Amino acid sequence: MGRKRLMRGSHVIAETATLAGCRFYAGYPITPQNELPEYLSSRFAKLEDATFIQAESELAAINMVMGASMTGVRAMTSSSSPGISLKQEGISYMAGMELPAVVANIMRGGPGLGNIAPSQQDYFQATRGGGHGDYRTIVLAPHSGQELVTLTMKAFDLADTYRTPVIILGDGLMGQMMEPVTFPEPIEPSALPKKEWTLDGAMERDSRLICSLRLDPFKMEQHNWKLARKYAAICERETEHESYLLDDAVVAVVAFGTAARIAKGAVNRVRKEGLKAGLFRPITLWPFPENELRGLTRSVKHILVFEMNFGQMVEDVRLSVGEKATVHFHGRPGGIISTPHEIADAITRLVYRYGLC
Amino acid sequence: MIKQVFKRPDALKDNIFHYCPGCGHSVIHRLVAEVIDELGIRGKTVGVPPAGCAVLAYNYLDVDMGEAPHGRAVAVATGIKRCRPDLVVFTYQGDGDIAAIGTAETVHAANRGERLTVIFVNNGCYGMTGGQMAPTTLLGQTTTTTPGGRIQLRDGFPVDLSQMLAVAGGSVYIERTAVTSPKNIIKTKKAIKKAFKAQMDDLGFSLVEILSACPTNWKLSPVDSCKRIEDEVVKQYPLMVIKDTTSL
Repeated sequence: MGRKRLMRGSHVIAETATLAGCRFYAGYPITPQNELPEYLSSRFAKLEDATFIQAESELAAINMVMGASMTGVRAMTSSSSPGISLKQEGISYMAGMELPAVVANIMRGGPGLGNIAPSQQDYFQATRGGGHGDYRTIVLAPHSGQELVTLTMKAFDLADTYRTPVIILGDGLMGQMMEPVTFPEPIEPSALPKKEWTLDGAMERDSRLICSLRLDPFKMEQHNWKLARKYAAICERETEHESYLLDDAVVAVVAFGTAARIAKGAVNRVRKEGLKAGLFRPITLWPFPENELRGLTRSVKHILVFEMNFGQMVEDVRLSVGEKATVHFHGRPGGIISTPHEIADAITRLVYRYGLC
Repeated sequence: MIKQVFKRPDALKDNIFHYCPGCGHSVIHRLVAEVIDELGIRGKTVGVPPAGCAVLAYNYLDVDMGEAPHGRAVAVATGIKRCRPDLVVFTYQGDGDIAAIGTAETVHAANRGERLTVIFVNNGCYGMTGGQMAPTTLLGQTTTTTPGGRIQLRDGFPVDLSQMLAVAGGSVYIERTAVTSPKNIIKTKKAIKKAFKAQMDDLGFSLVEILSACPTNWKLSPVDSCKRIEDEVVKQYPLMVIKDTTSL
C-alpha cells in the first residue's frame, strides 16, 4: 500500500485497472464517465504493452475488447447507461464464448437519453444478463473510492477465474466524487496465470476456436448447462455484502452503491435518536447475497429498500426474504440524489408506524 | 519418381465443405489456405469468421479462429491485432456483414489503418438467411425482400464499399476480383497473397473483394451464376485494383 491520493472515482477505476494488469481499453465518449478513458489514454501511453483505442462506437469498443480478450490480455471498457445498452451485444457474446472482460457502467438517469445525473436505473440490466440469452454477469457495486480500488482489482480476477464478463456498477456520483485512496502494488501482466485457451497462432499445436455458435441444440444445451454450473459455483463462492450496525437492529435498510453511502448517513442519524436501524449492503448484486439477507430476518422483520430508481433490487430482496419480513421501498428515479435526512425520515416513519421502538 | 503437384493445403482441414454446389466459399477458403501455406504463417495466423454461411469457416481453415458478432469482425480483429501485432489477422466477411451492419466498423478500421486483411465475399444477397436483398444487390435484381426487383427509390443504390474504403487514409491495398473462371481464381489468389503481405509489411489496411456466386438464392445453375457475374455483376462492380499504395 502506498501513500494516500485524492482522486475522483473514474480515475480510481482507471488507475486500478492499470495496476491490475489491464493492458487494453476501448471506449466511446459518454458523460458522466469520460474522465476514465481520458485518464487511461495518458496512463497507457506511458506503457509499452498497453493499447488505448477511442472507438467509433460503443459496439466497436466492446467488440475490440472481445478480440483483445481472445489473446489473453486483461481488457476493459467503460460507459454510461445508454452506451451500456449498445454494448450488450458484445457482453452476451463474451458470456457465450466464455471470455473475461471488465465493463464499468457509470450509470445516469433514464430511460432513453435521460440525463447525466447519478442513478441506479440499470440494476435489472446488469443483474439479469442485459443482452440476449441465458446468462449472467458478475456485478460489483462499490460505495466508496477505496472500494473502487478493491472491487476493480477483484473484477479482473473474477473475470479471469470464471472466464466471464464482470460489471462494475457505479453511478455519476461514484465516478465524479473525489476521495482519498491507497493503491495496491501493480501486477505485471507476465506474472498473471497463463491462459491455455487464447488465440495466438496454432504454432506446434492444434488450432483453437473461440465461438458461441452451437448449431446442434443438444450441444447448445450442454453448453448452456456448463454455463449454468459455472453460475451456480459463482453464487456459492462469490457473494459479498456489508453488515452495518445490524446486531441489534429492528429495521434494516438494504441499499447498494451510492444509495448505501447515503443510507449509512441516515442510519447514523436515526441511531442518534435511539432508533435501532442498520444497513445491509449487497456488494455483489449478482450473485445477490440472498442467504445472508434471509438470515437477517431472524432478528429483523421490517426491511426498507432504498434505491435511486423506482424499484429494481427490491424484487431480489423480496425473493430473498419471502414472508419472513415485510419489505418496504423508498426510491428516487431520474437522477435525484436523496439526502441522508430524507432516508432518515423514511426510517423514522417506518419505526413509528409499526411500533418498532 | 512421382512428383506431387497438387495436395490439400496444410491450413485446410480434411472436412467436406457444407456449402451449396457452385458456391464461391469453398474455392475462396482453399485460396486463403494456400496463401497461408505459401507465406508459412499457419502458426501465427488468427482468422475472424462472420455471421452467415461462412461462420463455419473454422470447420475448414486450420488456424486459430475467433467468432465475431454480425458485422463486428474488423472490430474483434482490431482487438486481437493491437494486442498481438506479431500475429497475422484476417477477417472473412460477406457483403451484408461488411457493407450493411458492419459498415461503421469497417470504414473506421480502414481509416485507422489497422494492420488487418479482409476477405470480402460479395454475392449480392444474404445467403444463409434465404436470399434477402443485400446492400450489394443489383438494381432490378429479384430477392426474397425485393420481389419485383430492387428499385432505387425504395431500396437505394448498390453500395460500393470497396470504393468507400479506398478513400480512407489508412487503406493501402484494395482489389476486386471474382472466382468465376480459372483465370479469375488465379488472380484472386494473387490478390489475397498481396493483401496478406501488405499486412505483414506493416503497411496498413488491405481488402480483397471477391465476386462470388450464390446459385441457390439466385436460382441459377452454377455455370449460369458465373456467367451472370461476368456479364452483369461486373458492370456494377468492375474487377480492378481499386487502391494500391503498397509500393509507394
